[in-house]
Amino acid sequence: MNARTRRLARASLAVITATAALTGCATGGGGSGGQGGALKLWTHNAGNAAEYAVVEKIVNDFNASQSTYKVEIEAFPQGAYNDAVVASASSKKLPCILDVDGPNVPNWAWGGYLAPLEISDGEVPVADQLPSTVGKYQDKVYAFGFYDVALTMFARKSVLDENGIRIPTADQPWTRAEFTAALTALKATGKFEHPLEMGTGGSGEWWPYAYSPQLQSFGGDLVDRTTYKTADGTLNGPEALDWAKWFRSLVTDGYMAQKSGASPNDDFLNGKSAIEWDGSWDAAKNVEKLGDDLVILPPVDFGKGPKIGGASWQWAMSANCSEPDGARAYLEFSRKTKYFTEYAKATGTIPATDAAAAQIPGYEPGGRYEPLVRAARDFAVVRPVTPAYPFIASVFEKAAKDVVAGADPDSALDEAVKQIDANLKMNDFYAG
Amino acid sequence: MTAAVPLRARLRRAHSTTQTGARRREGIIAVGMAAPAVLLLFVFVVIPIGLAFVLAFTSARLVSPTPARFVGLRNFAMLAEDPVFLRSVLNTFVFAAVVVPLQAGVALGLALLINARFRGTDFFRTVYFIPVVTSMVVVSIVWTLLYQKDGLLNRVIEAVTFGQVEGPDWLNDPSTSLAAIVFMSVWQGAGFHMIIWLAGLQTIPADLYEAASIDGVSRWTRFRYVTWPGLRATRTFVLITITIAAFSLFTQVNVMTQGGPLDSTTTVVYQAVRSGYQQQQTAYASAISLVFFVLVLIVSLVQRYLTREKD
Repeated sequence: MNARTRRLARASLAVITATAALTGCATGGGGSGGQGGALKLWTHNAGNAAEYAVVEKIVNDFNASQSTYKVEIEAFPQGAYNDAVVASASSKKLPCILDVDGPNVPNWAWGGYLAPLEISDGEVPVADQLPSTVGKYQDKVYAFGFYDVALTMFARKSVLDENGIRIPTADQPWTRAEFTAALTALKATGKFEHPLEMGTGGSGEWWPYAYSPQLQSFGGDLVDRTTYKTADGTLNGPEALDWAKWFRSLVTDGYMAQKSGASPNDDFLNGKSAIEWDGSWDAAKNVEKLGDDLVILPPVDFGKGPKIGGASWQWAMSANCSEPDGARAYLEFSRKTKYFTEYAKATGTIPATDAAAAQIPGYEPGGRYEPLVRAARDFAVVRPVTPAYPFIASVFEKAAKDVVAGADPDSALDEAVKQIDANLKMNDFYAG
Repeated sequence: MTAAVPLRARLRRAHSTTQTGARRREGIIAVGMAAPAVLLLFVFVVIPIGLAFVLAFTSARLVSPTPARFVGLRNFAMLAEDPVFLRSVLNTFVFAAVVVPLQAGVALGLALLINARFRGTDFFRTVYFIPVVTSMVVVSIVWTLLYQKDGLLNRVIEAVTFGQVEGPDWLNDPSTSLAAIVFMSVWQGAGFHMIIWLAGLQTIPADLYEAASIDGVSRWTRFRYVTWPGLRATRTFVLITITIAAFSLFTQVNVMTQGGPLDSTTTVVYQAVRSGYQQQQTAYASAISLVFFVLVLIVSLVQRYLTREKD
């Protein structure tokens, strides 16, 4: 071998080793973060500085409060977070502490990602929380959140008054007939191409989050919650069919856009729509722009009472955590009213406890945002508590989009039921 | 150091080494050269494809407490009955059947225009190539805005027809959505194949054109009997690359329509991604990929047969 060949061989070897190190075993620094009292914590809010700051503060406070454990934060952008968790779970490298989107809790608990939380309550008892902020699966608590969000209808008081439309209250929400009459009146003014803004341009989880509560208010649901073994009769029953026809009629009657624009909230603020079905996250911005003219309305009662979706991001502990005591200590430590308050303040969300709500301007009883707190407490329905939820959500999104686009509601819902039932059966009804 | 050894000494030594020794050294060099690429190909292509083949016959899920088990052809039986999958296959073939000739033709036309010698060809070459170097996601978002009911495209249609024609809601109408995606895909991709055609055009010897002009042939005859035969190899390359790219249609659909409205734009790759990630059905997505692989393989083999060297 001459020198050139040797050099080449050496270079090749170096490349191969580097590649192997890169692809095969990215072990360095990973691990479940147990040794030496170091606990890894993963959060989805790398792109959300305000919420990240609160996480960081709690972690710093915890690390300073004792010397046994040291929590280390790793933040991911929300878009990549679930993929990162699923990938690291398949290689058994989940961090000890992680946050999880509420509807995913049953799926991750069933998949063996999460451990049941056997925490003593900390400063705030779990029983004091809004029910939708506690992630349960099979009667065990797997996660808890510091806040929730609520769906609501925003409108201008002046516009409703002008058209003689009654302003609904939580105790007396609009009925279906009243709602239709209101839309007809608003459409007749000629000022709005589409008086109702429902955010139909969105995609993903927004569809089941925003529209399945309306389905539930009609009397249908995504799946039969008594058994979680079929969607037949609930997602394609007469009530669900009624909902689907109503949903499509909003488009054919010209009340709602089949696909709304990229920024529905701006369209509402610019006066392109009169009533906007939206989340509490836009409440502060709307109040700032419209002041006293803005009204925060409860959802319409389509027969079974007003409904909104419940559950936002929550905190949990991984099943393969090697320092469960440390993770538990951290989670208990975080359960302080001041942290509940800070989360809600930083994110503009609804605090999970009344004690925290009382400390946030606008969320106290009688405050500007009290309708949101009321909705989260009285109208919230958590999304179906089953590991099949991600599948059901995806099927529902497609079915609802098809219905809005003009598919035959009967066959669209029947096809959705067929797929959901096949999936439940194929996975042995997600037992175990 | 080799360089320090006098030339004559080196020659003598080279003579004294046996033929096989030289060959072995060459072999080692070859292996050394190829090893990094082969390894990367193996890790990122061969292993994933192999895994997909195996997973397609199991019950593997993205999230599951139980290990995957062998289920035979269950996933394929489900595929055969899945109306959305069948629609996806149809859409994918329609897309490819329209895009391949259209994009290749447009690109050839642009290349012929640019190949002519006049001032400013560099400018046009750059303009036509800009969409290619722009990210497909960005292009898709921009075109979504252009295609809106009151977007630029419909405004232009309204203006040139003096308000007589009202453009459709391109992406939200099942009868126009796929055509809209075809159009923007051709717009985005044509520039790349224009460059390939251009490279082919420039390999055609100038004396052939000279001979043709001495013979006094028409422009069409010149194209038909000089240019077209001269582009033989380029043609095959363009055909196969556009076909493969067309079959893997995904980004535009994912950003612009998510397969809708009413499944009018759903594609095989889009369904594979949706099943595998959103719906956590790894095995089902693998089965879709396997079917997709076989379809593309068949089409490529047919194309290879049709474009083979005849003698």
